Amino acid sequence: MTRITVMVDGVSYVDDVEARTLLVYYLREKLGKIGTVVGCDTSNCGACTVHLNGRSVKSCSIFAIQADGSEITTIEGLARDGQLHPMQQAFHDNHALQCGFCTPGMIMQAIDLLGDDPDPDEQRVREGLEGNLCRCTGYQNIVRAVLDAAQKMKPAASAPDEMSTRQPSAVAGGGN
Amino acid sequence: MTALHSRAIGRDLLRRDGRLKVTGTAPYAYEGPLGKPAYCHLIQATIARGRVTGMDTTSAQAIDGVITVLTADNAERLASTEDNELAVLQSDEVAFRGQIIGAVIAETSEVARHAAGTVQVTYAQEPHDVELSVDRADLYKPYKINPAYPTDTADGDVAAAMASAPVTLENTYTTAMYHNNPMEPHTTTALWDGSLTMWDSTQGVHSARSVIARVFGFDHEQVRVVCPYVGGGFGSKGTPHAHVVVAVMAARATPGRAVKLALTRQQMFFLTGYRTPTIQKMQLAADRDGHLAAIALDVVEQTSRIKEFAEQTGMPTRSMYAAPNRRTTHRLAALDVPVPTWMRAPGECPGMFGPEVALDELAEQLGLDPIELRIRNEPSVDPDSGRPWSSRNLIACLREGAERFGWAERDPAPGVRRQGDWLVGTGVAASVYPTYRMAVSTATLRYERSRYVVEIGAADLGTGTWTTLPQIAADALGVDVDDVDARIGDTDYPIASVAGGSSGMSTWGSAIVEAARAFRDKFGTDPADGDEAEGSVSPPTGKYAMHAFGAQFVEARVHADTGEIRVPRLLGVFAAGRIINPRTARSQFIGGMTMGLSMALHEQSVLDPRFGHVVNHDFADYHISVCADVGDVQAHWIDEYDPHVNAMGSKGIGEIGIVGTAAAVVNAVHHATGVRVRDLPVTLDKVLAQLTPN
Ligand code: FES
Ligand code: FES
Repeated sequence: MTRITVMVDGVSYVDDVEARTLLVYYLREKLGKIGTVVGCDTSNCGACTVHLNGRSVKSCSIFAIQADGSEITTIEGLARDGQLHPMQQAFHDNHALQCGFCTPGMIMQAIDLLGDDPDPDEQRVREGLEGNLCRCTGYQNIVRAVLDAAQKMKPAASAPDEMSTRQPSAVAGGGN
Repeated sequence: MTALHSRAIGRDLLRRDGRLKVTGTAPYAYEGPLGKPAYCHLIQATIARGRVTGMDTTSAQAIDGVITVLTADNAERLASTEDNELAVLQSDEVAFRGQIIGAVIAETSEVARHAAGTVQVTYAQEPHDVELSVDRADLYKPYKINPAYPTDTADGDVAAAMASAPVTLENTYTTAMYHNNPMEPHTTTALWDGSLTMWDSTQGVHSARSVIARVFGFDHEQVRVVCPYVGGGFGSKGTPHAHVVVAVMAARATPGRAVKLALTRQQMFFLTGYRTPTIQKMQLAADRDGHLAAIALDVVEQTSRIKEFAEQTGMPTRSMYAAPNRRTTHRLAALDVPVPTWMRAPGECPGMFGPEVALDELAEQLGLDPIELRIRNEPSVDPDSGRPWSSRNLIACLREGAERFGWAERDPAPGVRRQGDWLVGTGVAASVYPTYRMAVSTATLRYERSRYVVEIGAADLGTGTWTTLPQIAADALGVDVDDVDARIGDTDYPIASVAGGSSGMSTWGSAIVEAARAFRDKFGTDPADGDEAEGSVSPPTGKYAMHAFGAQFVEARVHADTGEIRVPRLLGVFAAGRIINPRTARSQFIGGMTMGLSMALHEQSVLDPRFGHVVNHDFADYHISVCADVGDVQAHWIDEYDPHVNAMGSKGIGEIGIVGTAAAVVNAVHHATGVRVRDLPVTLDKVLAQLTPN
């Protein structure tokens, strides 16, 4: 067992974890952060995507001990005081989901994508999300949602800055 | 049937579960609300046929955190073993590679998985046989095809028509083995405390309950199944598979403590069903104007040696086109392979590949537009049953699609359009899916704190049930949709049929309409708190042939040097009765079409005959279309109200989108390149081999 200290969705945790425990299972089974789900065993589906120090990672592909000292944002930490993050709102408004299983990972990855390119075109969105599989929607509304969120998150638009208080360096809606 | 006056039906309403899903708070089966659960990991056979002669669990038992190891030696005896797929841990026999031969229950998921890997298994291996071919001597004729259709049909004399017609075609087409792969891996959380509670990832809580009750010999009252949200199903979650039985055994081995069993993606390739590969021998005979004299499809496909599943691949050929001479047959090989099952549009999906490509080939032979060829063979009644159509708007779909897609400017010559390095072509195919209504479903309607509440054990696989059932209830009651709540996904609610065969809305919606009528009859328009009425679906009259139809158009671009295939445009037009909610419906059509594209270009489970397993059993190697593989996908529909199907006038929409897509892609690739690929998937090697360099 190794002791780790992590900040997850704004709350600090100190835990003893096994070396083999993947970050995603630490989040789900130890912390109860069940919004982050597991869809594969080969790092292909992206369902488990979270932000680690402001960048998206597939939490099934790193160990919990590698996250020691990090700040992690999961899908459950995006909304502020009941107000959805603009990306969440855009997914909801544009019907960018059916079963919803890919949705947390899609949203986390889409936010990261806008961090790199705040004004992407459709092709850029499609390529930026190619590590996230969706079996239900055919992706059309997901692309639409990301483009919609990009418009709403432009500095001129009055989008809330997701991590303004706790994670000044966070990519979530900002840069990196 | 009295028609519903539609106010809420047809409205583009936001899905009610959207907020939960974008915040990651919709609980799936793994998220059952429990204290400290135990975790279960399966042990699977590494041979494809034979017997387990020994399982040494000593080192597994010695691992800290292991609670127990289940094997055929110590697992409980089941009350019913008549379904061989579910008779798990009941004998030492191995019938396919990957079959469950044990399970570890432990304090953490890591310990369970690690311990499962330490169990030493010895086998008496027997030669296995997993190779499907048309030449097998042991092909047999199943008694019926899924779910209960006649195996073969014949009318007139196909051979005579083939001998005398001026234009004939005889080709063999194949579809691959496919795995459903919903994004949520199959998962069961089970708690036994004298009675059983199961949070199961299922398309039907009531059908899951009755299967588990039968297998274990429980009373229905002893079993509660809960599943408010499902991370996709596409058929594989239509009925419990063997791991669900193991989850219940594990729960009974740890009474009072819940056990969680989530399959890994890899395990799903062995244990949760798949679509059989199909070999389709197609015959067409026509006059020079393109009127069909004969249409015949002889299908060879596989099932498992321990359980029969006969995919109804010939069904669409029985009904799609008029021809005096017709035949369909199904022959199966029972192999040492996992048990096949329903996968999105079983029957229609593979069964509209061969025929729809064959028609394209015939059109080319005749020098006729492929849309016109289909129009010339439109049947006035269902050729299979002789019954009138409740509604059939295939031609309208073809015409509307042609208009929207820009078909009129199409030059029929194949392989003549080049833009830079890319060869460009377009293709069309038809879609069909039967309109089912299940025989059993009941809904309760209650007036509760000034709101109307519908309760029914229905499922929402992402399809939108949470949102659309209140729309139906609102119109049936004549109230505002915002005043109606739905409660679904729990056997504590009245019985609902499984979400399969695109029958959910037709079936559950009909029960809700009946409940609403009973409620109004009893309580009028001014009910008191607690007033409640019930209604049930009635079986269809059988007077009409009921189907949804569609037409799919594809633009394909094939790289002249590499054979790389891209599909920038996919356009479908459907005639599927009244659309309850355009927002959820469009998404389902597009999702189905995209899965069809994925089937056409990427998907294929590769079975290794030496070891009897699917070698590409993960998402690294089993490719499903990703965002960047997909271009512009559009779904449209024509206004159709069908008074004969149900009170809503709606047909099912969950499956038709995948039907015909792959044929349209193949037809477009041919138009682009002149290369006709008859075996799915259409990959660049198959095209490149025949592409003439220029
Ligand atoms: S679960 Fe992490 S990529 Fe699939
Ligand atoms: S919504 Fe079901 S996998 Fe994307």
